[in-house]
Amino acid sequence: MELQLPDLNLRLMAPELFLFAWALVVMTFDLTTKRVRGDAVGYLTMIGIAITGGILAFTDQGPGFGNMFYNDPMAIFFKMIFLGAAFMAVGSSFGITRQKIVNHRGEFYGLMLLSTVGMMFLASSNELLTIWIGLELTTIPLFVLAAFYKDNKLSVEAGLKYFIVGAFSSAIMLYGLSFLYGLTGTTDLLQLKLNLATTHLTFRNIGVILIAAIVMLIAGIGFKLGLPPFHQWVPDVYEGAPTPVAAFLSIGSKAAGLVAFAKVFVNGLSAFHSVDMSPNDWGKLAGIIAIAALILGNTVAIRQTNIKRMLGYSSIAQAGYIMIGMVTQSALGLSAMAFYVFAYMFANMGAFAIVAAFEDKTGSCEIKSYAGLAKTSPLVAICMTIFLLSLAGIPPLAGFLAKYFVFAAAIKQAPVGGNEWLYWVVGAGLITAVFSLYYYANVIKQMYFSKEESPYRLGLQAPAMLVVMIGLAGVLVFGLYPEPILRFAGDVPAIFGFYMP
Amino acid sequence: MNLPLLTLLIAFPLLGMVLVMLLPKENKWAIRWTATGISIIPMLLSFWITWDYFMNFASSSAMAYVEGPYEWIPTLNVQYFLGVDGISVPMLFLTGLLSTLSLLASFNIENRVKEYFAYFLLLEAGMMGVFVALDFFLFYVFWEIMLVPMYFLIGIWGGPRKEYAAIKFFLYTLFGSIFMLVSILILYFTSEPHTLNMLTLIQTAPALGHSLQMVCFIFFFVAFAIKVPVWPFHTWLPDAHVEAPTAVSVILAGVLLKMGTYAMLRISWPMFPEALRTLSFWIALLGAIGIIYGALVSMAQKDLKKLVAYSSVSHMGYCMLALGAFSSVTAIAGCMFQMVSHGLITGALFLLVGVLYDRAHTREIAAFGGLGAKLPVYTGFMVMFGMASLGLPGMSGFVSEFMIFIGAFQALNKVLVGISVLGVVLGAAYILRMVQNVFLGEFDLARWGGLTDINARELITVAPLALLTLLIGIYPRPLEQLMEATLQNLVNLMAR
Repeated sequence: MELQLPDLNLRLMAPELFLFAWALVVMTFDLTTKRVRGDAVGYLTMIGIAITGGILAFTDQGPGFGNMFYNDPMAIFFKMIFLGAAFMAVGSSFGITRQKIVNHRGEFYGLMLLSTVGMMFLASSNELLTIWIGLELTTIPLFVLAAFYKDNKLSVEAGLKYFIVGAFSSAIMLYGLSFLYGLTGTTDLLQLKLNLATTHLTFRNIGVILIAAIVMLIAGIGFKLGLPPFHQWVPDVYEGAPTPVAAFLSIGSKAAGLVAFAKVFVNGLSAFHSVDMSPNDWGKLAGIIAIAALILGNTVAIRQTNIKRMLGYSSIAQAGYIMIGMVTQSALGLSAMAFYVFAYMFANMGAFAIVAAFEDKTGSCEIKSYAGLAKTSPLVAICMTIFLLSLAGIPPLAGFLAKYFVFAAAIKQAPVGGNEWLYWVVGAGLITAVFSLYYYANVIKQMYFSKEESPYRLGLQAPAMLVVMIGLAGVLVFGLYPEPILRFAGDVPAIFGFYMP
Repeated sequence: MNLPLLTLLIAFPLLGMVLVMLLPKENKWAIRWTATGISIIPMLLSFWITWDYFMNFASSSAMAYVEGPYEWIPTLNVQYFLGVDGISVPMLFLTGLLSTLSLLASFNIENRVKEYFAYFLLLEAGMMGVFVALDFFLFYVFWEIMLVPMYFLIGIWGGPRKEYAAIKFFLYTLFGSIFMLVSILILYFTSEPHTLNMLTLIQTAPALGHSLQMVCFIFFFVAFAIKVPVWPFHTWLPDAHVEAPTAVSVILAGVLLKMGTYAMLRISWPMFPEALRTLSFWIALLGAIGIIYGALVSMAQKDLKKLVAYSSVSHMGYCMLALGAFSSVTAIAGCMFQMVSHGLITGALFLLVGVLYDRAHTREIAAFGGLGAKLPVYTGFMVMFGMASLGLPGMSGFVSEFMIFIGAFQALNKVLVGISVLGVVLGAAYILRMVQNVFLGEFDLARWGGLTDINARELITVAPLALLTLLIGIYPRPLEQLMEATLQNLVNLMAR
């Protein structure tokens, strides 16, 4: 038999390769200019991300590296989100690179790009090991980034905490993956699905090993997503890490975790999406975790006085909403999930950009210090209000449509046999959505209802302004005219063997 | 006439909002007049629509001025679909009129003028949208979009407990809305092909199973009942009303409360006739409790504005009683009359209370006395609207209450209606007590000697309301003709 080498098809990986090279360019540039051209490094990074986006638009779809790397609509959709999040995080970090990390700008931006490369690699990976490697590539630079204020206790604590929790969860996840490999003898997702179904149909009982694998995988990925009970690191890391890094964590790292979750669970573990043929039901477990995330995130956020911690808990809650789409295990649910992350990106990155700018100006992240901001900086206040209302899901903003879509998917799926528990998930999501309005409105209240004028006049620098405007445009345009992106999101579930009706 | 009139109704306030935001914030008079001037256009449009509907479309129950359905978000089958019929036209009229009058009444706002008028116009756009939307998604968007400006209007320009009142209003309504959202989604997924078109769903929804109908009906009911507000969902109302600035109270009482009853008539009543039959007694009972409870609580109020606020609970109770008597056209027509008449009367009462508060800086009933001699014109209006509110024949309040009782007596439990009639007596009690304490009796010259009578601008804001109250009271037939065909059709739908 003739040995056939798999087709490498490097062109499929062009965006990742380019971005990787660009990360090195950015670091070298900073070194060769003797670290004096601070803003230039940032702009260079943003240009690199934009070019990568351009390359992504012209990249073909299809398999490469012997099916280990697969470019499909889902991969492209999420790569778009990763690049968008990175672009906006870099744009809002000009303040800190001017003031606080003057000597390490190249590393800061370089690591951010490397993390993005990891996420993009993950989005295309089609096999257990590459998924794990992608996730590691994503998080290891983020450990460093979280601890980037070397002389700040909170930041170092954040970095260390994130590192320990992250390393621990990676190990657990790897352990879970090894169980799956032991059960099926393959790491390829498609083959894994087939083998699992065959075993299940033959023996009707796969047993405790699979359950152990599921529990460990949910724990491992749950850590990355910040889902309870694996969420404790989230508020501390968000508070301590540099604000743009927290923003990047909340979107980029979360979306990466979601991709991994979708690939392993929806694709690998629920064979052919039929109860008869799948040997397990991880949906209920994930559903309970989603409910916990919704309740915990939305209630604890109410008590927060620090806006970064508040947004940290809000991101736990948002992960809960996203998981609703996931646990429906339906085509509609997965495209709802994709759209949710997309809409969430604009609002959250926009809000974080303003928080970062405010912190640079005043050194404070207390919600109280936003009092009276609407009088001195009306434009910033109104943008912040729109972002927060979008996060709370008030129409006609994109955040509302995302929530609508997710709930629609769950309500569609709930009457289908054995899925009645989805009503509980929907109920928890809806009720806690009302709670969430309270803490988002609390910031608005500070900005608008205060009688005194704020002592600060907050002007945004050009890159931060660009980020806020992108966020604003995204929230408004995709709230009022979401059709193109909904079409795109409709293609996302195809990789899982779903086709939109 | 091929202009998209209904879209223009929504677009002009939005345009006005943009214009106001472009004006420099120091130029307060330009802002005030721009906002009011722009809002006159939708007001005149709504008058024209009312007139034209009355002349050309009132004989049939079909939707008029239909725009669409145009595809908006095809993936989710969301359409842009507008239209009006006999129950939305009076509401549009009321919205157009009260918006302009309230803007005129807001000229005394001195603090953050630009923001105030911008929010107010956004609010107007949302209200217009609710009354013309025929697609569920669109309806929901308009329903929610109003909450944001309302939150700011109460929270920034409100009274001492404004922050509490603002967030309470926001959370309460949002809490109701999520129930509506679930019902909408259930309707969407049970219809085949999936649709959010209200007119189609009115035809198909009664085919749903009994339990599903009950669930959807109750969920919708919670959403709308919070807005009305039906006892026991009313607790946000006194806070919001008392803390809100005058003009916002007017809009709140005049238009926002009507959205609840309007939505019941437009959506849940014709869509789920079976559930309605099962629950109609309980709905009427809630209405009756509201009537009596609102009236009793009004009697105990020391604050003039709170008195008017609780009287709203009582008056909207009449609407709920009528909605419980869904098989009688007279009762439903009475409900529509009550919606219009309550909008006019309570709107005017809030305006008048605001006039007094601006001068006296207190609303405590006990602080006044004998104002009748000092402020004759003001007193005249206040007493007139008070009489209208208690249902004096010759005013619109009498017509609506009379129709409601006649209809309800035929269709409902007689004891229940009998108890509800007591509300009229109690209504007379709290209004007369208020009139006696404020306008009659001894005049405190030292304290209130400096009070001036109502000025021209304030007169312009209440005079049209007085005129309409009398007009409907003396000659209600045109308004009835306007709605007749639509209501007959509605009652037929509910009898399915």
